[in-house]
Amino acid sequence: MQKQFDWKRYVIVFFITLGLFLTALYISNYFGNKKLNQLQGIQDKISIDILSSETQYSLLSELSCKNISGSILSGELGELGNKLEWSQRNIGATDEVNYLKKYYSLLEIKDYLLSKKISSKCGIKSAFILYFYTTAENCSECEKQGIALSALRDKYPELRVYSFDYSTDLSAVKAMIHIYKIQDTKLPALVIDDELLTGFYSIEELESRVKESFKLQEIKPIDSKKNAK
Amino acid sequence: MNILLGIVYVFIFLSVYVQVFFLVTFLEKRKYILIRTKPIELKEYPGVTIIVPCYNEEKTIAGTIDSLLNLDYPKDKLQIMIVDDGSKDNTWQAIQKFEKYENVKVFHKENGGAHTAINLGLKKLETPFVGRLDSDSYVDSQALKRIMTYFDDKETMAVAPSIIVKSPKNILQGAQKAEYDMAVYNKKMLAFLGGIHVTPGPFSIFRKKVFDELGPYKKAHNTEDQEIALRMQEHHYKIEHCPDACVYTITPNTVKKLYRQRLRWIYGFIRNAIDYKKLFFRKKYGTIAFFTLPSGIISVLSVIFLFIMLSCNFINFIIHKIIQINIVGFHYLFLSSNFDLFFFNTKTIVFISIILYTSVVTSLLLGRKMLEGKFRVSFDIFYFMIIYSVIAPFWILKALVNAVRSKESSWILEREVKMAE
Repeated sequence: MQKQFDWKRYVIVFFITLGLFLTALYISNYFGNKKLNQLQGIQDKISIDILSSETQYSLLSELSCKNISGSILSGELGELGNKLEWSQRNIGATDEVNYLKKYYSLLEIKDYLLSKKISSKCGIKSAFILYFYTTAENCSECEKQGIALSALRDKYPELRVYSFDYSTDLSAVKAMIHIYKIQDTKLPALVIDDELLTGFYSIEELESRVKESFKLQEIKPIDSKKNAK
Repeated sequence: MNILLGIVYVFIFLSVYVQVFFLVTFLEKRKYILIRTKPIELKEYPGVTIIVPCYNEEKTIAGTIDSLLNLDYPKDKLQIMIVDDGSKDNTWQAIQKFEKYENVKVFHKENGGAHTAINLGLKKLETPFVGRLDSDSYVDSQALKRIMTYFDDKETMAVAPSIIVKSPKNILQGAQKAEYDMAVYNKKMLAFLGGIHVTPGPFSIFRKKVFDELGPYKKAHNTEDQEIALRMQEHHYKIEHCPDACVYTITPNTVKKLYRQRLRWIYGFIRNAIDYKKLFFRKKYGTIAFFTLPSGIISVLSVIFLFIMLSCNFINFIIHKIIQINIVGFHYLFLSSNFDLFFFNTKTIVFISIILYTSVVTSLLLGRKMLEGKFRVSFDIFYFMIIYSVIAPFWILKALVNAVRSKESSWILEREVKMAE
């Protein structure tokens, strides 16, 4: 007795399996988009925060520093940074993610400039770190530096870390790279208080520099007052 | 990396395909699954001989024979042949005690492997039906009658029973119980499509004609029960499965023993599949050619591939964690882990894996429904998933390595013989 080859069964099963796979793909995309929307939402909020801070700064610059608190700076940049980094790893470097990343870089620069202005005028305790890394090539030192900076930021919530992907195709980021003379062969690179550091720096080294940076910025406004006299 | 991910998707697709294939068959044929709970009577009782090959089984052999003597089948129609395959312990003394029964015959021979012991029995066969029962198994009293009903179909040449792990003593045996339950379902579905590739040692019953026409058992890489089924498939002999004929088997109780058993099974499967490679994708061989054998090979390859992939990922994860601990110290590690739904992985592969695991659990539950009459969720299922995910890749990998190696050596041997000529 020869057996019948029931090809219909194989075709039907193929399409059912394909259907299951497409459903999985659809669900995955659905959640991916939800995440991107969430990121977009955070960015919008930050951009409003910054605009509001800038306006507040302009209004108050005529007056005393008394009314400007540290809280006028947006507190969600760090969260956005983490989520963007995660998205790039897990959703992939899609157009949307790259767009959001550019926008994020821009917000960082604006935030950086604003907070620098405020702290120099009002002497608010603040430490900035500019951090340049790359995703274009495999950079294990960058990965380590990123971990150290995250931990440092957790330890000092008032520390602001502005991270920039060297390979971001955005003129403002290119300008930052140009200003601080960052070379792609010397990544990761850090700028702490206008001083350029290249290669990996441990959490302890950064901590001592950051503490130093705190003091400097506390003193600066007094210096400028003295100079004014 | 993308190519590797592509291969992962192909393997998972094929694995899901196999499960869907079974499920579609189940939905189509479920009303033909025959489960009898009460004793039945047959119109006629053809003569059956059960051959029990044994080697160093002094402790379990008595239980096995007792279960055969308790079979609900006319004693004058049931012959029992116990063949001691040169045991080194007291098996021979243990089986001689059964000589007092009229329908029991005992034989002793030099050690030569299970297949030689059964073949000795086959030579002395006088009944139109023959079965074997391995000496690590016990048979339910109704099993033989239920099996014999399948031979009403003149085309049926062999019938396999449902093998069950009776009262598992530890987690490992529990995991095997879940696996065996799933196998009952898979086997029945394969039977519907004529694609059974193994007539297991515990209590598969054959027409004598099979051995008269196709010859006796072969060594077949110590998996003679797979080889005979493939030989039957090659000759278009119909193999059935009787889900309500229960045989209880003692399963390995340690990882080491289980590893050895599975190494033999998988190695045997690979080697037999190679020996019968001409069956692959040949239309005239039907399900065995397009489904059973290819899906077996796919599962061997995909388990190995996915295991290597997952191990690499796991090692990466550990390395990453070590770097993290080195940089920030252990106490910071859990400091910043704020819970946020955002960081839940929603990659396609996650959902596909959920589909795959769900389909496996479904198979298992359907098997259990067939055996016990209800869907029963138990910890066994969980043990099965965890234990097999971790240890099965090792025996599969080793089996594949062994299969490739021995092929190589026999090839070298052939070359040497040719050169000598």
